[in-house]
Amino acid sequence: MTERMISCSVAINEALEEEMARDEAIFIIGEDLVAHGGIFGQFKGLPEKFPGRLIDAPISESCIVGAGLGAALTGMRPLVDMHFADFVTCAMDEIVNQTAKIRYMFGGQVKVPLVIWAPDGAGLGAAAHHSQSLESWFVHTPGLKVVVPSEPADVKGLLKAAVREDDPVIFFQHKKLFAKEGPVPEGEHIIPLGKAAVKRSGGSVTILTYGSGFYMSLEAANELAGMGIEAEIVDLRTLKPLDFDTIAGSIQKTNRAVIVHEACLTGGFGAEVSARINSELFDYLDAPVLRVAGKDVPMPFSPCMEKFVMPKVEDVIKAVRAVTYR
Amino acid sequence: MKSPISTREMIQLYRKMVTVRKFETMAGDYFAAGKIPGFIHLSIGQEASSVGVCSALRPDDYIATTHRGHGHVIAKGANLPKMVAELMGRRTGYCKGKGGSMHIADFSLGILGANGVVAGGFPIITGAGLSIKLRHTDQVAVCFFGDGASNRGPVHEAMNMASIWKLPILFVCENNCYASTTPQTYACSVNNIATRAAAYNFPGVTVDGNDILAVREAADKAVERARRGEGPTLLENKTYRRRGHFEGDPQKYRTQEEVAEWEKKNDPLLRFASMLKKEKILTDKKEKEIQAEVDDELREAVAFAEQSEYPRPEEALEDMFINP
Repeated sequence: MTERMISCSVAINEALEEEMARDEAIFIIGEDLVAHGGIFGQFKGLPEKFPGRLIDAPISESCIVGAGLGAALTGMRPLVDMHFADFVTCAMDEIVNQTAKIRYMFGGQVKVPLVIWAPDGAGLGAAAHHSQSLESWFVHTPGLKVVVPSEPADVKGLLKAAVREDDPVIFFQHKKLFAKEGPVPEGEHIIPLGKAAVKRSGGSVTILTYGSGFYMSLEAANELAGMGIEAEIVDLRTLKPLDFDTIAGSIQKTNRAVIVHEACLTGGFGAEVSARINSELFDYLDAPVLRVAGKDVPMPFSPCMEKFVMPKVEDVIKAVRAVTYR
Repeated sequence: MKSPISTREMIQLYRKMVTVRKFETMAGDYFAAGKIPGFIHLSIGQEASSVGVCSALRPDDYIATTHRGHGHVIAKGANLPKMVAELMGRRTGYCKGKGGSMHIADFSLGILGANGVVAGGFPIITGAGLSIKLRHTDQVAVCFFGDGASNRGPVHEAMNMASIWKLPILFVCENNCYASTTPQTYACSVNNIATRAAAYNFPGVTVDGNDILAVREAADKAVERARRGEGPTLLENKTYRRRGHFEGDPQKYRTQEEVAEWEKKNDPLLRFASMLKKEKILTDKKEKEIQAEVDDELREAVAFAEQSEYPRPEEALEDMFINP
């Protein structure tokens, strides 16, 4: 399969075009889809290629998600565009009480092939209502699969897998990564949900990360290499189900772990990963598990404050040096 | 106006109403006896609405219902033994004991589920309506709700969406005078909830919800309109919740006289029976036969449930994902 350098935006578009051509049950519902091609232009071209299958909805998040759910229960395979991940709050009943629980609550009678696609993350000066990373809420909701990709190839492969999944998936796409480019295979490129990837090998420390944290970790690892510290980077990619085998394999080798995510620290996904490492891999650890995360405040507007609140490459370097005692 | 319903179907409607009434009475008794755990919400006195509306539907039409949903699912054809088993938390129940009274569904019958969240069915039925449109079938989707649900936000979203897309949906409000413990007259900005349909530019119809033929006639019209692709209707069936919000509700918000008055003067089952007798469609003998048949059916359903095993506790970990 040939690889080209394409952006995350193009990867999203390509994945959906391929899947929609393959399966007529797939449709996309959300706000600003047809004339605008999605609020970030992420669906550009699709409305023309698939007339009637991108559906502009009124600003009605409860019923946008509900419409996806009801359609998923009756033979369709919808992708719901949340516009901004922050607006999940307007549809929490539909996501948490309905979508996540329907299969279980009704004794496994039905499948729920629904993707909730949610652009998240900070760094764009968009302030507290357009900048959040809310993945841990949904990891904490039994019944949902949670995907947070970083590189364009992951975006394509995981989105194709999510659309084919018979269980509900919430798919967080970092807004600042839309333009990030990377090598992406053409055509049938599928990454199964629940598989992490070792993206940089190293023996000194394991950095566990996902989404925007991956690029931060990569930059840190390159700098750390200059100090003689070789970090292994595990990109988790799917938070639920979590690929703990890959995490364990790496930590058994490095004996040290740092978890990096953009979401705020307290109750974040890092706390869960850290707890599991401590209970399952304690004997392998040579240092406490550290977390690098956002500060526990709503995202402030002014760029200098936003930068202060978000985790940085230097924070990753500092944490790695602490666990390697260097 | 002459009713287009055959005498044979009249008897079927009556039989269904008797089934709902007796099922609910049984459930109340078994709950009081400690044989049904949790909470149950009964629809005694509202049988004309559930049976009247569902009798206008085809097997492939969809319904979404509420915490007070036993009547709707029975009227849509649900299996009684599996229902009772679910109420009793048994493995053989509709949801293998994972749902209980407030979460009964049968997707093979178009029953997209009862719902523990008030107005929780609106977004789901909107999706079912959209799916019908995308699949180009002539099915319809019905959302049952109460006067309490009418004040929630998703109702506005769903009615607006259903209107702009002309979705084949019946919004069926069972205005039973109380939202939990709060009177409808206090909590709603309007007396007739159907008047709110005007804001969404589709018909709103208020009928005597304890007159099954009035309900059926209004439902037929709304169903035909939906099947023709002309869009949704809001049908309001005015009725009365004779039991408490939940079984065991001390009901401090109303008098016993009020309840007794409705029981005596406006029982949908008695009204239909006396009408059928007056028209010589139902005889005393036939009435007794039907009652006895339904009693037998329920006895068997209860026996099935009571003889069924409880799930193994570990079964709580099953049915999460198709691909775990």
